[in-house]
Amino acid sequence: MKQIYADNAATTFVTDEILGAMMPFLTGRFGNPSSIYRLGMDALRGVEHARKQCADAIGAKPNEIYFTSGGSEADNWAIKETARRLKNESGKNHIITTNFEHHAVLHTCQALEREGFDVTYLPVDERGLITAAQVEAALTDKTAIVSIMYANNEIGTLLPIAEIGEICRNRNNKVIFHTDAVQAVGNIHIDVKSQNIDMMSVSGHKIHAPKGIGFLYCKNGINLRNFIHGGGQERGKRAGTENTAGIAALGLAMEIATRDIQAKAEKVAKMRDRLISELSKIPASCVNGDLKNRLPGNVNLSFIGVEGESLLLNMDLKGISASSGSACTSGSLDPSHVLLALGLPHEIAHGSCRITINEYNTDEEIDIIIKEVPEIISKIRSMSPLWEDFVNGKDNAQRFFKWLSPIK
Amino acid sequence: MLYSEKVMEHFTNPRNVGEIPDADGVGEVGNAKCGDIMKMYLKIDNGIVTDCKFKTFGCGAAIATSSAATEMIKGQPIETVMKLTNKAVIDSLDGLPAQKLHCSVLAEQAVKAALSDYYTKNGIDPAPILGEIGECAHCAQ
Repeated sequence: MKQIYADNAATTFVTDEILGAMMPFLTGRFGNPSSIYRLGMDALRGVEHARKQCADAIGAKPNEIYFTSGGSEADNWAIKETARRLKNESGKNHIITTNFEHHAVLHTCQALEREGFDVTYLPVDERGLITAAQVEAALTDKTAIVSIMYANNEIGTLLPIAEIGEICRNRNNKVIFHTDAVQAVGNIHIDVKSQNIDMMSVSGHKIHAPKGIGFLYCKNGINLRNFIHGGGQERGKRAGTENTAGIAALGLAMEIATRDIQAKAEKVAKMRDRLISELSKIPASCVNGDLKNRLPGNVNLSFIGVEGESLLLNMDLKGISASSGSACTSGSLDPSHVLLALGLPHEIAHGSCRITINEYNTDEEIDIIIKEVPEIISKIRSMSPLWEDFVNGKDNAQRFFKWLSPIK
Repeated sequence: MLYSEKVMEHFTNPRNVGEIPDADGVGEVGNAKCGDIMKMYLKIDNGIVTDCKFKTFGCGAAIATSSAATEMIKGQPIETVMKLTNKAVIDSLDGLPAQKLHCSVLAEQAVKAALSDYYTKNGIDPAPILGEIGECAHCAQ
């Protein structure tokens, strides 16, 4: 059976080319970049080359790139240390974010609330969007940092980052603007200067580098406080011997991911649109997230009467790897906060399916998904008491109609 | 999260899926908000569960525990069926991940709810026989 990997928003495989760039740093060029002899300097050269690759890929300067263990660390670092510093320096104790951020941002903000910060969680609309005007209206003289994701990890919606950045920058009492760009990088053209981004989090394993490497971009002039204490790595801001192989991989991955981005996005978006248009023909389904402002590789649909985890397990039995926002995949009873933020009822949110493709997926794979998913949905619904009740109009079934396509 | 081979086997080939139109007892537990609903149908002749079928909306564990429970009670006398515990269902599946234990509770409750319906239909108060069929601790949260 052909294996189809359609969960690229979760992680990606390491390409041969990128693996090849890592290998020397695990073997011959294994030196510690802090060491003074040639072996050390050679490793340091590799780190600095990768730093330049990362900087070039987003329109930054190399000394604005700080390597981290990944996106979550970069989010924690940017938000916690900026918020704490500005509170100490100027008594600012307000943070603005959205209610559908990744948990790396949401839980960080919640931790800061326990430290006495006030956090505004801007509500997204039913399409999964916010406006720059919402951010502007929420700004106060006490606002230290605005952290808003570039693209949502579950429904793929793109937020007006450049506009939000401009509002933060033009504010008299300047506000720092951070964005979690983990899902956007490599899919959308990012230029931190023209898009008014002060700080940005990036992860390597979403763009074919290995897990455990990422970076924080922090604009020159912003006083970034030390996050991990110890040695003098990352200009004294983030201690710990550099993950040289991971860094080399990330540098090359950033270079490759941002190359020919427009052509790549168009190709992927074509496959995405075919998936959305075919799968949304399934009765009593809905597409989650705005169709226009959307990552090229994100497909997210819900099917009432179907529970997400059993949908994924059945897809896996057909060789297709995907993900869901159902409660069962998270280990809690509530379905994903992202789908609930759109205003979806639990019953519909439980039946969600996220398919995330990239340039390594093929039209043939899309054909297979389009063929298999409707059959799986029928099979699950045939044994679902919720579907039976829905079709028979029990339990006030019409309350779900406004979200769903007709039952037929 | 890891499912045992037995869980995956039941999930892939669930036993006794469907409905019994002239069932002697039908029980439904769980709710769509939590993401699990189990509906259990029993056919009872001379105190023996001669047939049972289920329909489940829920995750892999919910489907596997429903399927395993029907296998465990089919052909058994009511006295044995009413003693079915979620632990026995878990053991028959070689264990469940911790966050899925509530699915096994639902399976036990679905069987008891169907028995309760059977007694009620026959003019017998089920409470003294079956005791309280509690809410799943997770669902009640």
